[in-house]
Order: sequence, then C-alpha cells, then structure tokens
Amino acid sequence: MEELLEILSELHPEVDFAAEQSLVDGKILDSFDIVSLISEINETFDVVVPPEEIKPENFNSAKAIWAMIEKLRDEA
Amino acid sequence: MLFTSYEFLGFLFLALTAYYIVPKKAQSAVLLGFSYLFYFLSDGRALVFLLVTTATVFFAAKKLGELHASQEACLKEHKAEFSREEKKAVKEEFLKKRRKWLLFGLLLNLGILAVCKYTNFAIANVNGLLHFFGRTEEFSPISLLLPMGISFYTFQSLSYLIDVYRGKYPPQRSLSRYALFVSFFPQMIQGPISRYDELSATLYGPHSFDPAQLSSGLQRVLWGYFKKLVIADRLLPAVNLIIRTPEEYHGAYAFAGMLFYALELYADFTGGIDITIGIAEAMGIRVRENFIRPYFSKSVKEYWNRWHITMGQWFTDYIFYPVSVSGPMLKLSKWGRAHLGNVIGKRLTVWVSCLIVWFATGIWHGASWNFIVWGLGNCIILLVSQELEPFYRWFHSRVNLEDRFGWKLFRILRTILLMSSLRMFDCYRDVPLTFRMFFSMFTAGNWKVLVDGSLLNLGLDPKDFLVLLGGLFLLITVSLLQRKRSVREQIRTLAYPARFALWFGLFLVVLVFGAYGVGFDASQFIYNQF
Repeated sequence: MEELLEILSELHPEVDFAAEQSLVDGKILDSFDIVSLISEINETFDVVVPPEEIKPENFNSAKAIWAMIEKLRDEA
Repeated sequence: MLFTSYEFLGFLFLALTAYYIVPKKAQSAVLLGFSYLFYFLSDGRALVFLLVTTATVFFAAKKLGELHASQEACLKEHKAEFSREEKKAVKEEFLKKRRKWLLFGLLLNLGILAVCKYTNFAIANVNGLLHFFGRTEEFSPISLLLPMGISFYTFQSLSYLIDVYRGKYPPQRSLSRYALFVSFFPQMIQGPISRYDELSATLYGPHSFDPAQLSSGLQRVLWGYFKKLVIADRLLPAVNLIIRTPEEYHGAYAFAGMLFYALELYADFTGGIDITIGIAEAMGIRVRENFIRPYFSKSVKEYWNRWHITMGQWFTDYIFYPVSVSGPMLKLSKWGRAHLGNVIGKRLTVWVSCLIVWFATGIWHGASWNFIVWGLGNCIILLVSQELEPFYRWFHSRVNLEDRFGWKLFRILRTILLMSSLRMFDCYRDVPLTFRMFFSMFTAGNWKVLVDGSLLNLGLDPKDFLVLLGGLFLLITVSLLQRKRSVREQIRTLAYPARFALWFGLFLVVLVFGAYGVGFDASQFIYNQF
C-alpha cells in the first residue's frame, strides 16, 4: 500500500491519496493518469490490469486500487 | 427523413399518440415499429444493414451470455473438487470460446462499416501510391451505399457486445427489445452513442402518460429547433460560400468562416441532440447528455470531456484503455524504461495509445486525410498540455491568476480558437488548402473586411446578422443560467402567464426567424454524414 501511495503521489503531488475517496468521480484522475498508473502497477507489482477492471469503483480511492491489485494477484 | 421536415413533425405526432394510447405492454413494440418505419422512410435501402448488425450482435451476445452461465455452473458444480489450477483452466477454456464469439461480432460489423465507409478512401490511397511509383493504371472508385447513422449504431451495438463479453451485464433475451436499443429512432441520425445498461433502464417502459413530462420533453425539442433553424441553418449559406470559394474568401474571411462554422456546428449538433433527448423525455425515456456547455471549457482536455461526450467515452473505454493495457503496450513501456529512461518510458504508453485513439477518432469522423490530421492535431494539443502541466503548476504557484475572471475568459477564448482552428480541416476537407487558409489569416492583411460591410455579401443581410446576434445572446444567456440548474426547471417556477409567454415566444421565434425562406433550405444535420 505504501508503494501504491508513492506512485499516486508522483502523479498528483497535491492530492492526499490516503484520504481521497472519489479520485475518478471527482475528476482528480483522468484517463491519462489511469493508464500511467496501470503501467506503474504492472512494473511495481507485476500485475496486469485487464480492461474490464478499469471502472470508477476500482480507482476511486487508494484503498480500492489496492483491493483490485490484491484480487488480481490472487487470481493470477 | 429530416428532423426539420414537416413529415417528421407528423411522424412524431403519430408516434407519440400511438405510444400513449396502446396498452403499456405494447409500448416497446410500437416504438420498435416506428423506429423501423423512421429508418425505412429515411434510408430504406440500407435497412438490411441495420437488421444484419442487430441480428449478428444479438446472437453473438446471446452466445457470450450462455458461455458465462455455463462457466459459472461448471465452477459451482465442481467447487469442492476443483483445485485452483483446474478452476483457472476452466476459466481459460471458456474465455477462449467467448473470445471467438466476440471476434465474430466485432469483425463482421467493423467489416461492414469498413467496406461501406472506407473502401473508396483505401482505393484513393492505393491510386496515390501507384502514381507515386510512376504507374499509370488506377482503380476506379466503387459506388457504395453508406447507411444512415452506421457509425453510431455500429458503435452502440459493439459497446453492448464488449460489455456482455466482459460480464458487465447479462445479454438481453428478447430480440425485439434488443432491436429497439439499436434502432431507437430519436438517436438514429446522430447519436448519442448510448450504453445498453443506461438506456435500457427506461427504454422498455412501461410509461404512463404524464402531461408535465411530455411538455418538458417538447420544450427541449423546441429549443433544439431554435438552435438548428434559427442559428445553424441561417449561418449555412455564409459558411458554404467561404469554404467553397477559398481563392476569393481567404484571410479575414477564413477567420470569420472559422468562427461562423464553430457556431453553426455547435447549434446544429447540440440542437439535434436536444431534439433527440427531448423526444425521448416526452416518452419517459432517459438518454445520456452529449454536451455540457463545451464552449465554456478552459482547456482542450476539459473541452473533450464536455463535447460529444458519448463518443469520447466510447473511444476511451473500448480503444484507449484496452490498447494501453495490452501486452504489446506493457512490453513497450518496459522497453522504454530500459532504453529511454524512466521519464520517457513511463509516458510512452500514454503517448502511443493517445495517438492510436485519436487516429481512430479522426477516421471515425470521415474517410479522408483531413479528419485524420484533425484527430492527430487534437492528440498533439492534448499531449503537449499534459506535459506542460508541471510548468502550469509552477507558474500558478508564483502568479496568482487562476481565480481571476480575465484569466478564465482568456483560457475559454483560447480553447475556442484552438478547437475552431482545428475544425478548419473539417470545413475545407483538404489538408494543404486548410493550411493555406489558416496561414492566410496572418498574411492576407484584409482585416478591414470584418468591419467595412463586406460580410454582408456572404448571403446574409443585416437582418440575418441581427437574428444571429440575438440568437447568440440567447444561447449564451441560457448557457450561463444552466450552470445552476436546468433552465426549464427555472422557468417552471414562474407564474403561468410568464411561462406561457416565454415558450410561445420561443415557438414564434422559431416560426418567424427559422431559416426557411428563399436561399435557405432546412438542411440535414452535419453529424448525419458520420
């Protein structure tokens, strides 16, 4: 989770990712950010995020992103 | 059948009447009947294409749904005995089968779209290459039918197919209900590109007759007619004259034409969408918004979140994301990080995916190079803005401008000018000519034509300009009022005489100032051709 928060902070240093709950719905993360994030997730956690997992509820908070990573790791 | 024709008004009256007088159980069937009738009357010969897309996507999605169900049943049945690896193998096996049905639906329907829309573009490019290599032979263009709204209904169908493949929702069991989703007549001409899970929530009713809902929907239809007939079609002769005679009308005329076209396209496209959403609303059906005051955007990125929203989201969900997370793209990212450094490597996926998606967006708009260059122009602006963001953050941390009205206005005008300049590729439909016309604005030195009355020789007299100025004023006022809440809701709070006066006044304005007279023809919607 710490590594994920670091990756997110690199994208938007001004955002408190530990607390923010509407990263997509609140338009903090746009499609470019999500693609960069997925590439970083692949690089750091060796997890491939399939297109069907790219939905707002999976990216609205750091906790949700982390839950998705763990689920995908589990399924791998 | 034009939305702006008397025939359509008669058709709409009959459709609404039939919709509300039949038993509620029959409403979907009536709507499907009227939708097919609308398509038949508009483009009868192409009805077969619509039927083929409907049938093939329905069938492929049905198979996908069955495979999803079989997979779940199999896993449930052997839950206790299957090891983790065995479960994975079962999922993999079903995934392979599903992929075949997805490919069948995608290739067949994209193939139809490609043949109908892009064959002659391919032939022209092959001929160009032959000439380049000094060959004299060439292929003749083929006369092909371009079915009305093919890009819209194909994309809408494919979004349904891909969503069912991804397991987002189960397929629709009824062919007639699915057929209505694809052919729903108000959105047949120019979208929006609806998503099945959103549109189906209200499409199949039942809907009781509700005078307030009917009148609210028809009010929006009237507003759409105002935009289309009073503003867009009035500007049409001037825009056409400037575009079709570029040798005569260049420099400041090209600048005027660029702004006229920006207004014409906005009024035309959003007016058509208002008519679509209004008709649906009159039937109790909710269609997704396609525009949120795009000309108030302060950046190109924001503009594309507010203009033709359903198309942008389609390309994001079904091209940009799948391409970005595909195996080759992840490999490219790793290669980039290893060979080009972390900074470029990290961005490479976004750059390449963005290029691909804007190429696709360009060619979706039309089978010609001007649309491809237009798409790539948008891509470059978006990527440059993205890369300059750290600079903007640094700049605003030192100069506090962000909340100033003047700065906001500057950003809005800059976005309008950028988008309008790119749209010149759409106007002139010829890449070198567009560049010549764009640069002529800076070199012709004929700016005085904007103020010496020369603009009155473009097929619009002073009265037309007055009507346009009045229309523009009304558009801006309504857009400003909309920021708080729907203008129709605000009008509903007024006393009855005031409400009546406003709506009847707008009706009279459309009737009196709509562009119907000599020199004006109510024209097809611009996006119909896409």
